Amino acid sequence: MSEHFRLSGATGRAVRFVFDGVTYQGREGDTLASALLANGVHLIGRSYKYHRPRGMLTAGAEEPNALVAVERGRGRMTPNLRATQIELYDGLVATSQNRWPSLAFDVGVINDVAGKFYSAGFYYKTFMGPKFAGTALWTRVFEPIVRYAAGLGARPTDPDPDRYAQFYAHCDVLVCGAGPAGLAAALAAARSGKDVILCDEQSEPGGSLLHETTATIDGRPARVWAEEGLAELKAAANVRVMARTQAFGWYAQNFVALSERVADHLAELPRGARERLWQVRAKRVVIATGAIERPIVFPGNDRPGVMLAEAGRIYLNRFGVKVGSRVVVVTAHDSAYRVALDLAAAGVTVAAIADVRSMPLRARMQEAEAAGIRVISSATVTGTKGRRRVSGVGIAQVGGDVVGGTDWIACDCLLMSGGWTPSVHLYSQSRGKVVWHEDRQMFLPGASVQDERSAGACRGSFTLEAALSEGDRAGAEAAGIETARPSFAITGEAGTEGGVLGRLPRRPGAKGKAFVDFQNDVKADDIELAVQEGMRSIEHVKRYTTTGMATDQGKTSNLNALAIAAGKLGRSIPQVGLTTFRQPYTPVTFGAFAGANRGDLFDPVRQTPIHSWAEENGAAFEDVGLWKRAWYFPKPGEDMHRAVLRECRQTRATAGIFDASTLGKIEVVGPDAAVFMEKLYTNPWAKLEPGRCRYGLMLNEAGFVMDDGVIARMADDRFHVTTTTGGAPRVLHHMEDYLQTEFPDLRVWLTSTTEQWAVIAVQGPKAREIVAPLVAGFDISKEAMPHMSIREGTVCGVPARVMRVSFTGELGFEINVPADHGRAVWEAVWAEGRKVDAVAYGTEAMHVMRAEKGYIIVGQETDGTVTPADLGLNWAVGKAKKDFVGKRSLVRPDMIVDGRKQLVGLLTEDPAIVLEEGAQITATAAPAAGTRALGHVTSSYASPALGRSIALAMVAGGRDRSGERLYVPMPGGAIAVTIVDPVFVDPKGERLDV
Amino acid sequence: MSDRSVAVAARRGPLHAVSLPKGETFAVTRAPDAARFVLRGDPAGVAAFGPAAPGMLRASESGSRAALRLGPDEILLLAPGEDAEAIRGELAAKLPAGAHSLVDVSHRQIGLVVEGRSAALCLAAGCPLDLRPAAFPIGMATRTIFLKAEIVLWRQADDRFHVEVWRSFAPYLVGHLSDAHAGSSDP
Repeated sequence: MSEHFRLSGATGRAVRFVFDGVTYQGREGDTLASALLANGVHLIGRSYKYHRPRGMLTAGAEEPNALVAVERGRGRMTPNLRATQIELYDGLVATSQNRWPSLAFDVGVINDVAGKFYSAGFYYKTFMGPKFAGTALWTRVFEPIVRYAAGLGARPTDPDPDRYAQFYAHCDVLVCGAGPAGLAAALAAARSGKDVILCDEQSEPGGSLLHETTATIDGRPARVWAEEGLAELKAAANVRVMARTQAFGWYAQNFVALSERVADHLAELPRGARERLWQVRAKRVVIATGAIERPIVFPGNDRPGVMLAEAGRIYLNRFGVKVGSRVVVVTAHDSAYRVALDLAAAGVTVAAIADVRSMPLRARMQEAEAAGIRVISSATVTGTKGRRRVSGVGIAQVGGDVVGGTDWIACDCLLMSGGWTPSVHLYSQSRGKVVWHEDRQMFLPGASVQDERSAGACRGSFTLEAALSEGDRAGAEAAGIETARPSFAITGEAGTEGGVLGRLPRRPGAKGKAFVDFQNDVKADDIELAVQEGMRSIEHVKRYTTTGMATDQGKTSNLNALAIAAGKLGRSIPQVGLTTFRQPYTPVTFGAFAGANRGDLFDPVRQTPIHSWAEENGAAFEDVGLWKRAWYFPKPGEDMHRAVLRECRQTRATAGIFDASTLGKIEVVGPDAAVFMEKLYTNPWAKLEPGRCRYGLMLNEAGFVMDDGVIARMADDRFHVTTTTGGAPRVLHHMEDYLQTEFPDLRVWLTSTTEQWAVIAVQGPKAREIVAPLVAGFDISKEAMPHMSIREGTVCGVPARVMRVSFTGELGFEINVPADHGRAVWEAVWAEGRKVDAVAYGTEAMHVMRAEKGYIIVGQETDGTVTPADLGLNWAVGKAKKDFVGKRSLVRPDMIVDGRKQLVGLLTEDPAIVLEEGAQITATAAPAAGTRALGHVTSSYASPALGRSIALAMVAGGRDRSGERLYVPMPGGAIAVTIVDPVFVDPKGERLDV
Repeated sequence: MSDRSVAVAARRGPLHAVSLPKGETFAVTRAPDAARFVLRGDPAGVAAFGPAAPGMLRASESGSRAALRLGPDEILLLAPGEDAEAIRGELAAKLPAGAHSLVDVSHRQIGLVVEGRSAALCLAAGCPLDLRPAAFPIGMATRTIFLKAEIVLWRQADDRFHVEVWRSFAPYLVGHLSDAHAGSSDP
């Protein structure tokens, strides 16, 4: 394929690419859009609602039409990319969207003919539904249609194999946009020596200077000036120039998010990151985001070949591509004259310039006439011809309110310029309020809310001189220095005056679709219909018509939509309002937001020092908060049930060994340690002797149980506190909060030691036999080391704290050793354990054995509304204590009222049935609907010790219901249960006392 | 009590099976095992350990021992290669009674040396602090976050940081640093 529309003398290396299955040739440095245009291809997609053929409207990030999918192999399909931003590489494969079976012949185009069906508010109207059809019409007809029609590109289905990086960055001056204003700002700021980041979304910085071939700056061609400036910036150690980097979002306190496209322009797949997300905290920001040219609203303004005027100049001057061979320019702005002149100079026939203004500037007319171009003033467009490419345009002249006869002019490209809309997106995101300037018909930045300043076209300064000097001043100010230069010498600049908003004049009753929002297929008629149907604010018009709600967020359409609504309402533009500019400015990939935070790196996967042993020994793991805990240790052929059965039986028969390292641990140290403990826990601590342990219960201010654990007194001024696994951070924060806010006078300090210690629980009648050979420095005999005591010494030669405690009801020890020694000590314990046929058990067996003993688990038996009395734990509340957190709440009327739910045991009538945890408990088998449940099941297991099912439950007035028969209604019928004491095994605790 | 001699249990750190990034511009290495304590109370107590009492968010060193001032009354003591029990005994004798809390955290966390030209950049993958030398000079030390992990960050040179991280978070931290390094290089 040859590039018929490429200027002769194109120098870039030729590359091949595929669009919709056809191979074309382009040049390095092309965008997909410029390369397709070089091959005369304008038709690139089908529109959203009407499936009308569409082509490139723009040459940049604001493109509404030319959305394509790029496929780079499995998992690397990206839909809805703007062809105007896709950089060409050898082998690029792109496909058009929203068409079936093909782009040229699309069945969906029926919507264009049946356009009335798809009027403004279509969705809302179908929600209401014609009364006679009920909801059937919606579910059977409209919803399928809406679902089929909705969305443009296809969703990728494979996991994304690419890497996305995220970095925080800090700078003194961030400059967003590297056009003339941004370059001047960065150059000025750079001279201060402060850290400067200059970012620009294009492949090369320069903005409008990249296609400026006529103007000169300080005697040099504009492009050369830009190149020199850029070279200076790149050479400066304090400046980072970031191309392909979109400043897409502005958040609190000059926190600006940048998305950098690292590798999408390369033929090779990335070895590093595909994209990088930069979260920049900038002391000051210069916004130099330029302006976006506005389309003109006239019938048929969406045909392929109808483009924005400046885009024609960009394609010509920057990419060496002629957008057509016979061009008509429709304009309300002077800048399009330069487009026409450049095209004419390149050999393109410019059939006419139709200026909608009655009196175009004399100088512009003369320039055009000198180039042999006819200028039609007071022009309007009555329509266009052509199906997949524009072939002609109807121009009429307007006199007063009268639209004259149409003069059809043949063309293969129609360039339009309704003027320029300053890009105030970032300013608006910074919470600044834009101000409407009636004289200039534009919204411009108002006062600064954050430390930022706008410069150049984004604040309505369109001349090169203004952009450069404003940029220079903004950059210097942002860097806190005096500006170095008073002005820039400019020659040969294009005109910067003019503009039109809303639709062009038309004959009464004239037909034809005049598009406002190209991507969401919203016509001028739709907006007028919305007003006619009662919408008053632009916020309502927007939602009713979906104008501005596409992925381009109405960059090219919002002002026209606003003007049309305002015109129809007979109100001013500020009265109708302006919709919010939201982040992101252009779509950002999910990958950029996810970064490396996926898979194993999504959350920390916390492993105990003994984890590797459990893994090597076939443990199944469960997640407990961020921790991985060994759940059970199945032997070959065992399921979970059998493994747990074996682990429980063997533990009670000889011994079991359990990794309890995840238990939260806090060292409470200081002369006031006991005083502090008295305040934070319900129990008395003052008289607990060093070397002894006590079960501690912690309440919140409301008097409800929030945590529990065994607490050891190491010395008069030192406690070793254990918490639940999940509660560790919460308990430390709770303690620290009270210490700092309520008891700041106490001399006590808190240190988390959760991870300092590996904890190995040895439980069972043979526990002492296992532990004894390993300890040195203390005596673990029954007499020397009673239940609920702690000793310091060594285990396997390393310093250890050994507690005699039990969570199974059996004789038990918990060995705390410094974590790095955990695995080796575990192995030594295991070796001793093997001699008595001990098992390793996991969390499931731990849960079963503690339930057999009626020991609660905070968060399972409790739900944040449970008091110590409810749990039968009043013995753990120090009656003589003057105060502790939650004490006053415990005597509130509701807390001591009869009938509160209390912890009980449940036995099913059929011992084989294991109740469902969470199931409701009722007084009768088939209660009437609406009957309040008496309680619910909190824990339920098949008990190996009892050889039958057991359950714990919270039941209203439960302790007085002992022996009562209640029911657990289930879908398969009610299950009869009997209320029993919650301690199923060894109620007298004799097994502990051995 | 046992009268048999038992082999002293060997050590195994949380990164024993984790490969650390090592390259020309970026490397992460394990700092030597160290005795570590959290000292709470009057910062003047640091003198008992060796280094002078550090200023807020600063480290002070004496020989191989370092003290990092993480809060008004919170100091992290680091003694590479030393025995925690010995230091505990030494400090217990020197510190005035009742004015401090000294807690052994030698095994709670590990030390990592993060160094190379890209060290600050890779740390910025998860740490939102301004790590430019003017804002985070050599000798500065602070508790901060790295994504979802808490770390202590101490700048020892322009291109070298010492990072302390709780042991179970270490693989997560190293995984992200490796990833950041891979993502920081230009194609």
